[in-house]
Amino acid sequence: MDPDYDLVVVGAGVVGAALAREFSLTGLRTLLVDAGDDVGCATSKANTAILHTGFDAKPGTLESTLVSRGYRLLADYAAAAGIAVEPIGALLVAWDADQLAALDGIDTKAKKNGYLETRAVGASELRELEPDLGHGAVGALAVPGESIIDPWSPPIAFATEAVRNGVTLQLRRRLTSVEASDARTLLSFETGPNLTTRWLINAAGLGSDLVDEMFGHRRFHITPRRGQLIVFDKLARPLVNHILLPVPTAMGKGVLIAPTVFGNVMLGPTAEDLTDRRATETTAEGLATLLEKGRRLMPKLLDEEVTATYSGLRAATEHDDYQISVDEKQRYVCVGGIRSTGLTASLAIAEHVRSLLAEVGVDCELIRESKPPAMPNLGDQTPRPYQDATRIKSDPEYGRIACHCERVTRGELRDALVSTLAPTSVDGLRRRTRAMNGRCQGFFCAANIQVEYPVVQASPGGNS
Amino acid sequence: MNDSIRSTQTDVLIVGGGPAGLTAARELRRLGVARVTLLEREAETGGIPRHCFHPGYGLRDLRRPMNGPTYARRLSDLAIAAGVDVRTETTATRWSDSELGLLVTSRLGVETIRATAVILATGARERPRSARLVPGDRPDGVYTTGELQQAVYLHKQPVGKRAVIVGAELVSFSAALTLAHAGVEVVSMLTEQPRVQTFPTVPIALGLRQRFPILTDTSVTRINGDRTTGRVIGIEITGPPGSRTIGCDTVLFTGDWIPDHELARLGGVRIDPASGGPLVDTSLRTSRPGVFAAGNLVHPVETADLCALDGKALAATVADFLDHGPGSADVLEVQAGDGIAWVSPGLLRIGAPAPHGRFTVWPAQALAGVRLEVRQGTRVIKRKRLLDGAVPGRPIHLVSDWQSGVDPAGGPVCVWIRGN
Ligand SMILES: Cc1cc2nc3c(=O)[nH]c(=O)nc-3n(C[C@H](O)[C@H](O)[C@H](O)COP(=O)(O)OP(=O)(O)OC[C@H]3O[C@@H](n4cnc5c(N)ncnc54)[C@H](O)[C@@H]3O)c2cc1C
Ligand SMILES: Cc1cc2nc3c(=O)[nH]c(=O)nc-3n(C[C@H](O)[C@H](O)[C@H](O)COP(=O)(O)OP(=O)(O)OC[C@H]3O[C@@H](n4cnc5c(N)ncnc54)[C@H](O)[C@@H]3O)c2cc1C
Repeated sequence: MDPDYDLVVVGAGVVGAALAREFSLTGLRTLLVDAGDDVGCATSKANTAILHTGFDAKPGTLESTLVSRGYRLLADYAAAAGIAVEPIGALLVAWDADQLAALDGIDTKAKKNGYLETRAVGASELRELEPDLGHGAVGALAVPGESIIDPWSPPIAFATEAVRNGVTLQLRRRLTSVEASDARTLLSFETGPNLTTRWLINAAGLGSDLVDEMFGHRRFHITPRRGQLIVFDKLARPLVNHILLPVPTAMGKGVLIAPTVFGNVMLGPTAEDLTDRRATETTAEGLATLLEKGRRLMPKLLDEEVTATYSGLRAATEHDDYQISVDEKQRYVCVGGIRSTGLTASLAIAEHVRSLLAEVGVDCELIRESKPPAMPNLGDQTPRPYQDATRIKSDPEYGRIACHCERVTRGELRDALVSTLAPTSVDGLRRRTRAMNGRCQGFFCAANIQVEYPVVQASPGGNS
Repeated sequence: MNDSIRSTQTDVLIVGGGPAGLTAARELRRLGVARVTLLEREAETGGIPRHCFHPGYGLRDLRRPMNGPTYARRLSDLAIAAGVDVRTETTATRWSDSELGLLVTSRLGVETIRATAVILATGARERPRSARLVPGDRPDGVYTTGELQQAVYLHKQPVGKRAVIVGAELVSFSAALTLAHAGVEVVSMLTEQPRVQTFPTVPIALGLRQRFPILTDTSVTRINGDRTTGRVIGIEITGPPGSRTIGCDTVLFTGDWIPDHELARLGGVRIDPASGGPLVDTSLRTSRPGVFAAGNLVHPVETADLCALDGKALAATVADFLDHGPGSADVLEVQAGDGIAWVSPGLLRIGAPAPHGRFTVWPAQALAGVRLEVRQGTRVIKRKRLLDGAVPGRPIHLVSDWQSGVDPAGGPVCVWIRGN
């Protein structure tokens, strides 16, 4: 008897969704499963939303290659799907002589990574570029390619394309064990029926080492590295023109200030090594650290109101690179340890994994053209429906603003509920429309919206 | 996409259909202004009182006590009867680039409305949990009063079973009433202040029967959520007896107001950094000629009747502006001295008494018995004793009878308070 699927992708974060999309263009019968109630609802929803050039990756690593390739792939995909990207560039800001000296090393590294557009910026030019920076900045390295992106839409777009190409999506399905035999692997889940597959790809993010263990491996251990962030009000947006990066330290990239495509400014992330894989709370110490750093970086930012705080967990491992490998005997691919660049690299990771499978003889030629779905524009740089007179004329629902802070119209809320990947939670509706995500956090609109645009919860294992 | 942007003209354009905006609009018509256009982004005018189903509205303006929705409807009816062009579900989104006017979005499309005068009356909102930087999990069951009251009264939504109220201002007791109505037990109310932030008679006047402990000098240090159900299961607090956890499934963040000042700021009017609202003079003029502001946008927050009386006073200013132009720009600063966060209006226009004869003084800290003084230089021009002390969250009303004693050439006036 044939297995139920040719391929099961475990984990529907941005990486798993990109994988499902990639294989939806092949002839493989593919299933995408996730333990959560939406795609992209773990680490992929809580990051700093930067489309990295890969200038500062460790040269020679797979991560370095996939980030720079993924940068181009995602920029193109985003343009085709209408996902907001703003190529505003980054400035690595040095605050003392040591840091200034370190910029040379970073510049060399960037060149090794194939990124050639860096440029040294002197103190006075820096002040012109970023007049609201705190006192004491002595210079910077400009990385013009660094961009900001809407982080919520990519996983939804990838999964939408996959589902439209015939991939099955099942939510609330936590994989609990696998039994690999000759021709197929039996999968058991916390909820819903067992099923069988020929191949399995582990894109389980923070759970990727656990899934790896199900196949008998002990190759890496995930240490959740928490990053807390503070999002400031849109009125802060004029203060910041670039992504303002600190000079990196051993613990990571440090605390940055960056605009978001939604028109806010964010400050973060922290880097805290934890053991609890679900510890996505914010802490008093974490927020205090950010405020203290922020006060030095840009004192005026702290005069603005805070819109949101959140935290995400990077899937860090003891290794310096992504953990991607093929276990041909068990027909298993591990795509683990995708820690702090996975959004950028997602499409390149998927492309890479398909080539690995082709190498071991899996018939996964592309048989379809990619058709990126048209995603609702959540970015502030291109007109949103409420600003579009022509659109309102053709459908007045786009002129009826329901969420005032984020200016989300009834037309957009209605569309979200009938989209291919309709939200199954209020949070899902937030990520698809921005509604209730603004400065009032629902004071004005949340009660209305939740009653008038009710989401339907995902049933365990139910097809979407 | 801009091919179909219409452009219209009015005499006075009012943004915000709460008590302040509705009253200003009505009075402007009464004073004979031909075209008064009022924009309200919600489906109905009335502002916050639309969802405050308790008595206590209308006392000082309509001179009749009524509940919030009745008051909201009454003010709306009066404005329409007076001939105000009321446009609901219409949002002012930004200023027009050239002349004085605003871009608005409604189901009719995008349009520019130009005006001789613009009144901002966009109100205030409560700071939500995130803006207060309360750490912890992010479960469901965390509300502001605004959201709670709409959920309970306008949509009959279930809330929870056991709630903690953060804040002990007037609005906090209004929230307690809403919870009682929804069958939710109030486990406790807490405030970082050393005392309740309103008058002791308020709960009784509101008809609040439920009793619950009020923890003073207490703050929330963490919100605990259940990771499986995604619902609040408790909060961690620290107060005089130390730290502890209170079990609850609902947390209400009340008070701690911030004006809805986006348009004001985008319009380049000067902002009072302490209140967050536009800095206005006693005629409610902002720093931008032709732009005026009233209500809780300028003093977050006062009761609705005083906002309405702002609107009434402002109508006279604006009518005069339409006839005679901006008038003298001579103003004196009214500074917030010791113990005071802000005073509104923050500028004194010579010869113009404060709207409805009161300044709002917002205490910066809690003090037991209080002496309040108004000084110009070293000269004391007003002294007042406040037997009931001062506490942030409860405005002090400073009657403006001292204004005639101000020397127009004497420099800024300073208001300060001191405990006994
Ligand atoms: C603070 C922070 C900032 C970051 N900034 C950036 C940035 O600016 N740019 C960038 O490119 N990247 C950034 N990243 C990294 C990026 O967010 C991640 O690399 C990316 O989201 C990882 O995607 P993923 O699909 O591997 O993991 P996830 O999004 O975590 O998805 C994994 C999924 O697997 C599911 N799962 C786990 N176990 C099981 C199981 N047993 N059965 C079924 N499902 C399971 C989970 O429910 C989850 O949905 C940042 C990360 C953090 C934390
Ligand atoms: C829970 C609660 C209980 C209260 N209890 C009492 C009480 O018992 N007695 C009492 O007197 N007062 C009470 N108050 C205070 C009272 O409701 C306010 O003082 C009053 O509503 C303020 O009036 P306003 O016109 O300044 O603003 P609001 O009532 O806030 O009205 C502002 C209006 O402007 C609109 N708006 C904002 N921006 C735009 C835009 N860009 N375009 C179009 N429209 C816009 C808003 O939708 C809103 O309708 C209470 C307040 C709360 C929150």
